[in-house]
Amino acid sequence: MASLWFWIVAAMIATYVVLDGFDLGAGAIYLIAAKTNEERRRVLRAIGPVWDGNEVWLLAAGGTLYFAFPRLYASSFSGFYLPLTIVLWLLILRGIGIEFRAHIENPIWQDFFDVVFSVSSILLAVFFGAALGNVVRGVPLDSTGYFFEPLWTTFKLGPQTGILDWYTVLTGVVALVTLTAHGSYYVALKTDADLGRRARGFALLCWPVQFFLTFSSLVATYFIRPEIMANYGRHKVGILVPIVVVASLAVMLWANPKGKEKLAFVASSLYITAMLVGAAFALYPVVLPARDHQYDLTIYNTAAGSHGLSVGLVWWTFGAVLAVGYFVFVYRMFRGKVQLGEGHY
Amino acid sequence: MDSALFVHRLHFAFTATFHYLFPQLTMGLALLIVVLKTIGLRRNDPVYHEAARFWGRIFGINFVLGVVTGIPMEFQFGTNWSHFSRFAGGVIGQTLAMEGMFAFFLESAFLGLFLYGEKRLSPKAHWLSAVAVFVGSWLSGYFIIATDAFMQHPVGYFTAADGSLQLASFWDFVLNPWAGWQYAHNMSGAAITGAFIMTSVGAFYLLSGKWTAHARIFVKAGVIAGCLFSVLQIFPTGDRQGKMVADLQPVTLAAMEGLFQGQPGAPLIILGQPNDQQGKIDNPLEVPKMLSMLTYKRWKANVRGLDAFPKQDWPGNIPLLYYSYHIMVGLGTFFVAVMVVALFLLWRGRLFNARWMLWILMLAAPFPYIANTAGWMTAELGRQPWLVYGLMRTEAGYSKLVSAGNGMFTLLGFMGIYMVLGILGLFLIRREIENGPVAGHESVSNLHPAAEAR
Repeated sequence: MASLWFWIVAAMIATYVVLDGFDLGAGAIYLIAAKTNEERRRVLRAIGPVWDGNEVWLLAAGGTLYFAFPRLYASSFSGFYLPLTIVLWLLILRGIGIEFRAHIENPIWQDFFDVVFSVSSILLAVFFGAALGNVVRGVPLDSTGYFFEPLWTTFKLGPQTGILDWYTVLTGVVALVTLTAHGSYYVALKTDADLGRRARGFALLCWPVQFFLTFSSLVATYFIRPEIMANYGRHKVGILVPIVVVASLAVMLWANPKGKEKLAFVASSLYITAMLVGAAFALYPVVLPARDHQYDLTIYNTAAGSHGLSVGLVWWTFGAVLAVGYFVFVYRMFRGKVQLGEGHY
Repeated sequence: MDSALFVHRLHFAFTATFHYLFPQLTMGLALLIVVLKTIGLRRNDPVYHEAARFWGRIFGINFVLGVVTGIPMEFQFGTNWSHFSRFAGGVIGQTLAMEGMFAFFLESAFLGLFLYGEKRLSPKAHWLSAVAVFVGSWLSGYFIIATDAFMQHPVGYFTAADGSLQLASFWDFVLNPWAGWQYAHNMSGAAITGAFIMTSVGAFYLLSGKWTAHARIFVKAGVIAGCLFSVLQIFPTGDRQGKMVADLQPVTLAAMEGLFQGQPGAPLIILGQPNDQQGKIDNPLEVPKMLSMLTYKRWKANVRGLDAFPKQDWPGNIPLLYYSYHIMVGLGTFFVAVMVVALFLLWRGRLFNARWMLWILMLAAPFPYIANTAGWMTAELGRQPWLVYGLMRTEAGYSKLVSAGNGMFTLLGFMGIYMVLGILGLFLIRREIENGPVAGHESVSNLHPAAEAR
């Protein structure tokens, strides 16, 4: 039962990163790729109807994590107190950056919210990547099952780690580049003309960096945590992860210059999913590794009671079907390239 | 008091209080917008549709602020109250996760369609999207109330071997009797906020002689809803909520009422300052025997005072609890008085010309916010010193490894950001009121990025 919930939560987090990831990526390229006011409105229009719903996946994943693994929620959220609070501030700024810009037609007002939107998107991508890096690297849990990390200590991987060290900064940059490419594919998919071309150019530029960072981060991960390979040795199905990662990278490289935007976007989504699933696969059944392994948090010592987990499966399934239904409906309503109508703005 | 405990309590209190300024209007307006749209659809009256669109624009701004200030609430259970989460997460995780799965997805999917999809949808489909937003926001309210109800009156749980609480009965937990009345009372309070705001804007337009056709609709809808919910707020919802407190949290009742000494035929204190050093009310203005009557429906019933309970079980801040409760009740009474008079004038056809009454209605806008805030402070301060009533004390629940200094850092950050959000929200809503309800007159609604998607 706990294993099932592990994969449900992992799937929800992956859904969040794939969906909100393109909002963040669109924000990252926003100031440079969208030069004119009209182009910026198009980018906002591409993500406007969906960003809030996408962000709900984060809340729903968080809620489900809380419900299924309360001890993990308690330890990780209090241990990652500072970065999570900063993430909250950035989510607030990103949200009002998108929503409040259009209320007043004044270049000063709009420039301000443009910068708020873009900078908060970039920082969110880095923080999310660093958060994943922290989980993979392990945190200074002790026998109480709690820890607290300052933002940084020495940037080395000593006994008292900080949120940011060389490894998590690396994973933060990997996330930024990955989501920038992801958002570029999305903007290319949803827009045309100069803006679409520039977005494709951005994605092209990201590719070699993404390629290089993918492998260096994997090498770095093996270097700091060799045991991460154990599950791959044990379960042959794990071989799928590197295959999908490499294949999706190849498809992105091939599809983007050919103007097959949808294929490139799907490949990028697969790449993100495979990287996250790969991390979850390597960790399982650990959910938050400790620097000292005897204090690892696993699905077994953090899960809620079995009755609660069984009951939850009933309503969760029902809720998930509804949620997917809404998403299919909304994305269909807003499908295709965004157009600038007459008489608006 | 332990300073880290104080910082974490203030952190949650500040962010929750500020957050709830927005959902109460969201939930109240969602109901009234559905009413306006229903009438507009049935009568095919464009003025009602314009009225619904106007309130939709204000709803949209308010909703964004509710969303961005709401996300920190869920996070804080883990960041600032991790020992509480470890203790009670096996139970309350149910409702918090269900809120995301059932309410937030529904709201977020249909909000965009409701606000910006009117041209693309048929009138019926657009009406349905308004209903979906209404249902989503009111569902969300229930999940949060059910969570709070567990903290007030834990049911449906068992204590596991590791000391944590786990779910024993889903239905007992979700249908907590405490949650039923608290929900009714809370939602009625939200409807009062929506009604007073709608009435206030209508009264402002009537007094300034602008948009009078729309303004009459606002005032009429607002006064009818305001009168209905102001009465419901006191009876039966407030009355029954009070009964539950008397039965299940008697020490809280004594502290709320400022009853230091228990007695048969206890008086109801209307005014006076609790002097907790001497254990009495200074310069009390009281109605003899009234508290016994209200609580137990008998003039001579014995009401237990604070003296009947050990001091370590008293709520920590009796004066603030006492004032919150009295402000809530005083304002609730004031709402009934104002709205009954306004409804009478409306019935006699004199309200729209009664400038003195319109002035009162216009200026009354802030009071429902104060009353709702005071009501929540009564509930949460009244639960003290418990975090989960009778099971976990508040000082045991905060994140022990998050120091007072780190807590203060993020509290100050939230204060700064929320101040900016508050100013922006007021500024943008004032602008909508200035622009007025008729589309085309500097129509702001279609300036939204989603407006012209596609």
